[in-house]
Amino acid sequence: MKDEIDQKRRCYLRRATTLVGGIGLAAASVPFFSYWMPSADTEAAAAPLKIDISSLKPREQLTVPWRGMPVWVISRDQAMLDTLPKLSPILRDPLCEQDQQPKYCKNIHRSIKPQIFIAIGICTHLGCVPTYRPDLASVAPDWLGGFYCPCHGSKYDLAGRVFQNVPAPLNLKIPRHMYLSDTEIVVGEDHDGVQGAISIS
Amino acid sequence: MSEHASQKNRFMEWIDKRYPWTEFMRKHLSEYYAPKNFNFWYFFGSFSLLVFVMQIVTGIWLVMEYTPTADGSFASVQHIMREVRYGWLLRFMHTTGASAFFIVVYLHMYRGLIYGSYQKPRELVWLIGMVIYFMLLIEAFTGYVLPWGQMSYWGAAVITSFASAVPYMGDLILVWLRGGFSVSGVSLHRFFSLHVIAIPLVLAVLIFVHLVALHHVGSNNPDGIDIKEKKNKEGIPLDGIPFHPYYTVKDLVGVVVFLFIFCLIVFFTPTMGGLFIEPDNFVVANPMVTPPEISPVWYMTPFYAMLRAIPNKFFGLVTMAAGVAIMFVLPWLDRSRVRSIRYKGSLSKIAITIFVICFISLGYLGHESVSTLRTIMARVFTVGYFAFFLLMPFYTAMEKTKPLPERVTE
Repeated sequence: MKDEIDQKRRCYLRRATTLVGGIGLAAASVPFFSYWMPSADTEAAAAPLKIDISSLKPREQLTVPWRGMPVWVISRDQAMLDTLPKLSPILRDPLCEQDQQPKYCKNIHRSIKPQIFIAIGICTHLGCVPTYRPDLASVAPDWLGGFYCPCHGSKYDLAGRVFQNVPAPLNLKIPRHMYLSDTEIVVGEDHDGVQGAISIS
Repeated sequence: MSEHASQKNRFMEWIDKRYPWTEFMRKHLSEYYAPKNFNFWYFFGSFSLLVFVMQIVTGIWLVMEYTPTADGSFASVQHIMREVRYGWLLRFMHTTGASAFFIVVYLHMYRGLIYGSYQKPRELVWLIGMVIYFMLLIEAFTGYVLPWGQMSYWGAAVITSFASAVPYMGDLILVWLRGGFSVSGVSLHRFFSLHVIAIPLVLAVLIFVHLVALHHVGSNNPDGIDIKEKKNKEGIPLDGIPFHPYYTVKDLVGVVVFLFIFCLIVFFTPTMGGLFIEPDNFVVANPMVTPPEISPVWYMTPFYAMLRAIPNKFFGLVTMAAGVAIMFVLPWLDRSRVRSIRYKGSLSKIAITIFVICFISLGYLGHESVSTLRTIMARVFTVGYFAFFLLMPFYTAMEKTKPLPERVTE
């Protein structure tokens, strides 16, 4: 039995203790972080939502709260649809390459039926609700109709495609949706499944 | 009388053997030697401590009648304002206190800036102070959400959205921060917890650490010279005077003036024309409609103007974050041989003037709605703001400084 301190052994033990203790601390912190994720009742309240569009008239906007966010249903007339190709050159993502819509909405009008436009009314910049401005020259002299965000001036066309040179980086989000009949839509669910918790913001 | 005194001494002796009360009071008050040439700018440290205590006390009382839920919050604030005895007073003290806190802290930081109080050996005093300032911004933001008015809601929506700019993890972090798919009562409740427990606790600890660091290195002064270099036989700095009673009494006079102005605001103009409480916050939160113009409270507007000046989400946020972050590294940007603006050259004086103009102008622009001209101006002032910091290593090293005095000037 030597009376010396075995520094090598002590150093090893110190590192091993720190490592095991550190892993323990990291594991113990998981509940504290998970606690902040949506609770079971918040997720239950986020279930898909049926919307009746039988009384929606052309050019009208219907706003329905879903998951605390405004979901828009807008009935576009032919004049409005005609503006879409004209604006393509001044848009960031005219062909909807970014993953901001289900694949069945990856087209110029960004909808299943060209007339009926469904989108989540949350600006992709910092989360404000853009305003629906369908009238010509209502935002700028060359305005053809679209959405204008009052917070930081982001502009979108009538298919929710974002303009160039505005702070918003992406087109408006189109939620998963499907038609139950000609007058009833369900939002948050389609033939592929239910809208994921995380993919939407 | 002498018997009474000796009894008191025996009591203190009993205490001091068990707890270093007398030693502590001497070290930090009656034998803490502060430079004798403190001027007007040296009031604001004491004032911030006073406001902190005031916010804690009024906050504790407000919590007694406040309801942190989406359904109850707005009404409970109205209940405090109209039904609770003196509820209006405590609430307006708290809202005015929030703005007062930033006024005194900004002036306190400006003092450090002009007299070089961040320079060696006080880098940690400055850094800890900056962490306090950052926590204060979070404390103010979480507090502003609580009345659950339109500005509360959309302020929370915009500020939590900052997280969505994080690559890959953005959307997940956003849901995690909000506790749902949008800002909701769940978010309100967690901000309440942070506002009344977590951040005040952290702030109290940080203020303590700030003072420990300060008392370890000693206070700077308007001349920026070290008073510890000239000491008398007892080792007391020739230009130092005990903090107590000299500065405690001086600060007390300042406190009277400060509280007089504070009361004028609380009693006569608590909303300060929409600067301290914005008009839209008297409308209950509506997640479906954003107010036509949203802007943060005045103390955040300089950084908000930077965010809006950049037409790109990611780089706008990076610029804004850099605007705060760059203040942290200030001690390592100043290469001057002297601390105080009194002895620095004209380049430093011009730079500080430009900086103040930029900061105040950005604050003004961040409060106004966006227009083409204002966006261009915001870009110019943002460049000016950053130039002040980024060019500092050059102009402070280049310029000719004035000779330092032997002793502090009167």
